Amino acid sequence: MRRRPLRNERLIFEHNRERRARGRYELPPLDVPAVDAGSVLPEEQVREPLADLPDLGELDVVQHFHRLSQMNFAVDEGLYPLGSCTMKYNPRVNEVAARLGGFTALHPLQPASQVQGALRVMWELDQVLKTITGMDGVTLQPAAGAHGELAGMLMIRKALEARGEHREEVLIPDSAHGTNPASATFAGFEAVEIASGPDGTVDMEALDRMMTDRVAGIMLTVPNTLGVFEPRIVEIAELVHGRGGLVYMDGANLNAFLGKALPGAMGADALHINLHKTFSTPHGGGGPGAGAVAVSRGLVPHLPVPRVIRDGDAFEILWDDPASIGPMRGFYANFLILVRALTYIWGLGAEGLAETAEVAVLYANLVRHRLTSAYHLEYDAPSLHEVVFDDAFQRAHGVTNVDISKRLLDYGFHPPTMSFPLIVHGALMIEPTESPAPEEVEAFCEAMLAIAREAEESPELLHEAPHETPVRRVDEVEAARHPTLRWEPSEKS
Amino acid sequence: MSVPKDLRYTKTHEWIRREGDVAVLGITHYAQDQLGEVVYVELPDAGTRAAPGEELGTLESVKAVSELFSPVGGEVIAVNERLTDAPHLVNDDPFGEGWLVKIKISEEPELLDAAAYEKLVAEESQ
Repeated sequence: MRRRPLRNERLIFEHNRERRARGRYELPPLDVPAVDAGSVLPEEQVREPLADLPDLGELDVVQHFHRLSQMNFAVDEGLYPLGSCTMKYNPRVNEVAARLGGFTALHPLQPASQVQGALRVMWELDQVLKTITGMDGVTLQPAAGAHGELAGMLMIRKALEARGEHREEVLIPDSAHGTNPASATFAGFEAVEIASGPDGTVDMEALDRMMTDRVAGIMLTVPNTLGVFEPRIVEIAELVHGRGGLVYMDGANLNAFLGKALPGAMGADALHINLHKTFSTPHGGGGPGAGAVAVSRGLVPHLPVPRVIRDGDAFEILWDDPASIGPMRGFYANFLILVRALTYIWGLGAEGLAETAEVAVLYANLVRHRLTSAYHLEYDAPSLHEVVFDDAFQRAHGVTNVDISKRLLDYGFHPPTMSFPLIVHGALMIEPTESPAPEEVEAFCEAMLAIAREAEESPELLHEAPHETPVRRVDEVEAARHPTLRWEPSEKS
Repeated sequence: MSVPKDLRYTKTHEWIRREGDVAVLGITHYAQDQLGEVVYVELPDAGTRAAPGEELGTLESVKAVSELFSPVGGEVIAVNERLTDAPHLVNDDPFGEGWLVKIKISEEPELLDAAAYEKLVAEESQ
């Protein structure tokens, strides 16, 4: 069992109550006349009484936040098999590149002539993402995956409008990412669900029936959230295209076939790429994210602006383009994330990226093979980068996926994604990624097998888990029903 | 698992009880069990038009968000205001104090009786 901090950490406000600061920071004396706030500010902007801010020394503050950071579980600490999130290792060389002064000291309003290197990074990433996806154009603007989905759906909307067509519905399989229906709705469409067939892939008969001239297209996660590749993807795309629709592909699971298959060849018209998943930039509280979108030829004119374009050896920023859907955010993108992603891609090269997918799929299948006897597998189609078990065997002993996940914390592993996808009751969605050593994947499997034995022999041990963490089982129901969103002093000091 | 005989049911696990031309609507015991502890209930305002099979609100548990579909067509005339502060009533008493809305019926499609609903639940539970 790994070392974990043994005690909970009080809130920084609570430190304040008991011990006034050693080595606290003193503001320098005022060198201007003091002004009474009430005499210069509107009444509603004058705080009375003054906020009781924490009054701590520097070391107290450093230790507080350091202890909090130790209570966290990070990719740098161990296996983090949070399904559908691709919590891979973030190589330190990415950080070296992103901290180069030539990148960090830029101002977004500098003229293009002074930021040629930065523009080249964007242009190069644009090119390499086109190659990786087999698509015709790329925007680097969106700040996250769902933001990329929205950009893609807005481009699809614009393309249909340009054809003089008004189509209201978007088809979304029930195994899609939860953000898909939200993005379609936000882009002004009505999301219509298609049920999965028995093998977890799209039901072609249902698609044939539902793909009418009211339908703008389909949003498809490939591989889907069951970790199952859509074997009829080309057929699906042909059917949708044949009836005037477009195909949005959710590329959140791109890690499964990086360097192995091209979404462009599968018939995707728009595909977002989570640079913070597939291309190793930090996420999960460490963001920001980046949801670049690659598009087919028909959507290229509608890409957001600004765009970086190349003119001979010079790079320029295109600010305006009449057919564009316009900007998706202020300025260009989460630029330093792009630097990290390009560093990762160039560092691995084409062969390295393909090997990434191979190892990610190998590990998911290793986990599947090792755990199949102990955990129930609802859909047994071949797994790619992740595998979705559920708690059906353990429910017989009154143990749920929540209990199993909490117990994993005691074994020193981050839990898998729980209760998603919704089509699997009590889901445990495991994505090891390619990062861990084989021994670490094996140790995770051993822990899961040990927990399955505990579920049979001593279920109460699991009901009360975690036992070894500084904060024990939290009451999620009470927290959701009666959230306390603001700290208040228990008594006036 | 309890399935009262005097109610009628949908395939999406809602129940209705007729009180004259008004339908009292809730979710079944099986539905609340599948959903887990309900932490938030979003219901339509009185006066909202309901259509059979159309979404009428959402129920949120720690695990998932689930849609509520209207079994009948008509006008929403009352909602269970107690659920705002006490969403656990949906779990504690799904066929009684955990009712969701009352609808003045103008359109009433054929619904499942208790026996048919029990059969559906048995199939889904396998």
